[in-house]
Amino acid sequence: MSGWLVPAVVIAVIVIVFVIYLSMTAGRLDRLHHRVEAGFSSMDIQFLRRSGCALEAAESGVLDPATSLVLMEAAHNARAVPGDPIERAQMESDLTRVLAAAFGSTEDVNEIAESDDGSALIGDLSGSVHRAAMSRRFYNDAVRACRAVRRQRLVRWFRLAGSAPYPQSAELDDSVPAGLVDR
Amino acid sequence: MRVGIVCPYDWTAPGGVQVHVRDLAQALLEMGHEVSVLAPSDEETELEPYVVSAGRPVPVPYNGSVARVNIGPVSATRVRRWIRDGDFDVVHVHEPTSPSLSMLACWVARGPLVATCHSSVAKSRAMSAAYFILQTAVEKIDARIAVSEKARQTVVEHLGGDAVLIPNGVTCKHFASGSPLPGYPREGGTMLFLGRIDEDRKGLDVLLGAMPEIVAQRPDVQLLVAGPGDVEYVRRHLAPTIRDNVVVLGLISDADKVSAFKSVDMYVAPNTGGESFGIVLLESMAAGCPVLASDIDAFARVLEDGTCGALFRNGDSSDLARQALSLLADKPRRELLSDEGARRAEMFDWSTVARDVVRVYESVTAGGEKVQADLSGQTLGRLSRMGSDE
Repeated sequence: MSGWLVPAVVIAVIVIVFVIYLSMTAGRLDRLHHRVEAGFSSMDIQFLRRSGCALEAAESGVLDPATSLVLMEAAHNARAVPGDPIERAQMESDLTRVLAAAFGSTEDVNEIAESDDGSALIGDLSGSVHRAAMSRRFYNDAVRACRAVRRQRLVRWFRLAGSAPYPQSAELDDSVPAGLVDR
Repeated sequence: MRVGIVCPYDWTAPGGVQVHVRDLAQALLEMGHEVSVLAPSDEETELEPYVVSAGRPVPVPYNGSVARVNIGPVSATRVRRWIRDGDFDVVHVHEPTSPSLSMLACWVARGPLVATCHSSVAKSRAMSAAYFILQTAVEKIDARIAVSEKARQTVVEHLGGDAVLIPNGVTCKHFASGSPLPGYPREGGTMLFLGRIDEDRKGLDVLLGAMPEIVAQRPDVQLLVAGPGDVEYVRRHLAPTIRDNVVVLGLISDADKVSAFKSVDMYVAPNTGGESFGIVLLESMAAGCPVLASDIDAFARVLEDGTCGALFRNGDSSDLARQALSLLADKPRRELLSDEGARRAEMFDWSTVARDVVRVYESVTAGGEKVQADLSGQTLGRLSRMGSDE
């Protein structure tokens, strides 16, 4: 009788440990997916705020008309394509280039910031470009951590990710304009 | 914004992380945020109104030394209760890789989580062995901050992923006012050295090596040497030609440090390496005292390659002597460096640092989700809940 009991207990223990491991990994993956989703919505909001601040700057009249016009168009374009990630990344990168041209020199930015309407405007804009850049970095960090777990063999074989889509990193240029770096 | 900050080390003990957390909390309060700090401390000690005690830390052996930490189910329960009652928009933990309250908070919290890494530590064997368990705690962190490039490297190697660099702050207003030491400022040129006098990489030898050349040109020059170490040994080993020009003060108080900056014509930082940032340079600049520093990377960065302070070739006593003499003879340049330095220090003021930290908070809290205590799906968590009194 004891001839089969020992191997049976050993197998049972191995199975139980294995199931606990799988359930812990599934829980871990669930938290990572949550982090990716939260990161994405933060990033989405921060980029919308950035283009919003850019629009405000363009409409405020503190910039010259040519800059205002280009900036307004770029900001509108970035806000016009919320559903298409690739198109949106392109438009946000374009907005970054316009912002870099408009706020590229510290002297110019200082001058705007010293005017009555300018100081709050520059403050808001600077905050929004810094936050947007950071939020993308944090989102991509979450994507990288999530992918590392999803690539594991056991995770793929046992389909622990369920129906959650494979996370995609956000690749675009969101560098902070030179004149706003230290603000 | 409601911010919960977790300090891993004994609140009443001296230490860089505690000072950082205190300065950050006060800067955030001044900005109008609501702040609660969870920190280990003795129950009897009187704490600031925004500090919540997590109980007395217990000494345990870890990583080759004895660490005083709060671990175990009782601490986990306290952290969980603090998070639940705090209703925080964001929880900010410090040093999440040390076995401490911070690690517990990562493990218990669900929602916007920010971590700051201060030190560069070698990966321990326990950290490699417990990688899986550690990951379940630290991979929930939404945003990582490093206080130095070295600390950032540690984050990349140990935790995976990147970190935003936000260096430590200086409280500029502490250095802006203060009166000189009695008998100062004096004529003839006065220089100041600060730092451990018997630690090679602080570079006192390089500076003393430059003194004969400086004294030969300016016989009335004086060098004040302040910092802990064997004062008598340094006094005895001064070359006879410079003995009358060097005053060894030994360890001085923080208040006297401010006075010392106000008493001299320049502060000299001859450090030969091992500096990741150079907070003392910024303190000197905030006090309006011009800086002459070795051209190591960290210092060149703080001094913007020489626009906010003078640089000399690292380890080169005769270059130090040349630069010091030219600066002592050039009052307009010293005044310019004093102005530029004060402007530069302002950029590292705690209010600026706190603004950058708040931007990190905002970039992970835009979803509007609050921090909740969460132990679901964590076997060890269920055990600790069974052990608690609820």
